[in-house]
Amino acid sequence: MARAAVLGRLTWRVGTLVSFRDETAAARTLVFQIPDWSGHLAGQHVDVRLTAPDGYSTERSYSIASAADGDLVELTVERLPDGEVSPYLSHVLSVGDQIELRGPIGGWFVWDPEVDSPALLVGGGSGVVPLMAMVRTRARQGFATPFRLLYSVRDPASVLYGQELDRLRSDPMLEVHYAFTRQTPTSFSRPAARIDAAFVEEFGYSAALHPAVFVCGPTGFVEAIADLLVAAGHDPHRVKTERFGPSGGSTG
Amino acid sequence: MPGIVSPGFFGRKREGGQALPPGQYLVRDFPVLSAGPTPRVTLDTWEFRIVAETGEQRTWDWAAFRALPAVDVTVDLHCVTKWSKLGTAWRGVSVDILVEGIQTNAEYALVLSYGGYTTNLPLRDLLGGLAWLAFAYDGSDLTPEHGGPVRLLVPHLYLWKSAKWVRGIDLRTTEQRGFWEQLGYHDYGDPWLEQRYSED
Amino acid sequence: MSVPLDGNTMAGALGELFAVDVSVAVFECAGCGHAGVVAEVVVYADAPGMVARCPACSDVLVRLVRSERRAWLDMSGVVCLRIDI
Repeated sequence: MARAAVLGRLTWRVGTLVSFRDETAAARTLVFQIPDWSGHLAGQHVDVRLTAPDGYSTERSYSIASAADGDLVELTVERLPDGEVSPYLSHVLSVGDQIELRGPIGGWFVWDPEVDSPALLVGGGSGVVPLMAMVRTRARQGFATPFRLLYSVRDPASVLYGQELDRLRSDPMLEVHYAFTRQTPTSFSRPAARIDAAFVEEFGYSAALHPAVFVCGPTGFVEAIADLLVAAGHDPHRVKTERFGPSGGSTG
Repeated sequence: MPGIVSPGFFGRKREGGQALPPGQYLVRDFPVLSAGPTPRVTLDTWEFRIVAETGEQRTWDWAAFRALPAVDVTVDLHCVTKWSKLGTAWRGVSVDILVEGIQTNAEYALVLSYGGYTTNLPLRDLLGGLAWLAFAYDGSDLTPEHGGPVRLLVPHLYLWKSAKWVRGIDLRTTEQRGFWEQLGYHDYGDPWLEQRYSED
Repeated sequence: MSVPLDGNTMAGALGELFAVDVSVAVFECAGCGHAGVVAEVVVYADAPGMVARCPACSDVLVRLVRSERRAWLDMSGVVCLRIDI
């Protein structure tokens, strides 16, 4: 079983936005500098707290998108149509502005590079964010662990990290397979559809390889995929899940 | 604990002022907050039971409950999470009608819900026209999401006292704390005195 | 929102109280005896407080309430936590 990290009490810290990159029309990657950040593991998240001038405050959780890199932490925030926090973070917060963060949080949904077994990563929508931290950590530190990323996404315009994944795919031990659920790229090999048992069988690792499995996305997606994987013979204890709210972030 | 202010962050449109208790803001939607999965109670199994400290019990099934005289009320809701919604329209049976005729010296009430939720309050705050068992909201049957088939409505207290999916009330001579009161929320919960936590 | 999340959601709030990462601890449900990892409990995170429920039987495992300067934590739904340190 995983060891609990001895942390000391988690407290709120101030992070400053130092740069950002737009991933899609709706999603932006924010790069924060957090003084005395002690680093993080791939798959961990932070809680973010925003306070308005009248004292009103609210919190959300976001997965860390980046590999550990000194005092820099990247979050990818997708603007939700009725969101309270996501529109602010993805479209208003400016370089130099500050937010409060608490973390890194979570020792369960974490990829351990020391473990040799292949890793099967299944992400739905913004569920790909913590999985991308795993892919980046593997690449950054030069690990050769076999990785397969199954990425379910609405349409090509919604793909996060598309170009970077294309580049990283040149590593023969890293495979990326897309399932487009509403609209596919032209002449794509598979019609628009959710990930199903056949997809998992064709593109996932077989249960016989005892892969570490990470599934992340909206609650409904995670539960459906976890069921498919267990039905395909994967040991439920090897399937780690992280559920976002109904539409992908921690409720907007 | 108040945090650093993030420039340009205002949150959802909030209005203060008007006739709002301290610390509250106005909402136009109707937030759904829950401590667990939504109970799905069918009308053929639904029951409401009042048990007095003497052991005396009264039980109503759906038909008996709906045969009781019902009224339309318009009330303001104040949630301890700081949102308030004014002028909400409900239809329900006054709790006075259900308690009428029960012999009791009880001063306290423990309200029980399907799914295990409980909340406590003084019995007198359920009487005198202060509380209803509501089965319709805004002209339609009360949905499970908002506490249907029947929820308690006690609008002069914070909304966590207005138990959803209500199934009964125990009349007690000693106070027993309910689900959130056990975890630090106020035994009474008057929004106008901002009685959110037991330390308030 | 009453769509449930998982124990990863509680980890931050619990991290303010515990010196270890509780999300990797193993719990035993006082209701049904199910043993599992805290990260995989079912969490309803709306205020008034956080409620963690057993993924097997839905009984309440943990409740947590925060005011500005106080936390109330009830873990009576858990027989015990096993934490590797």
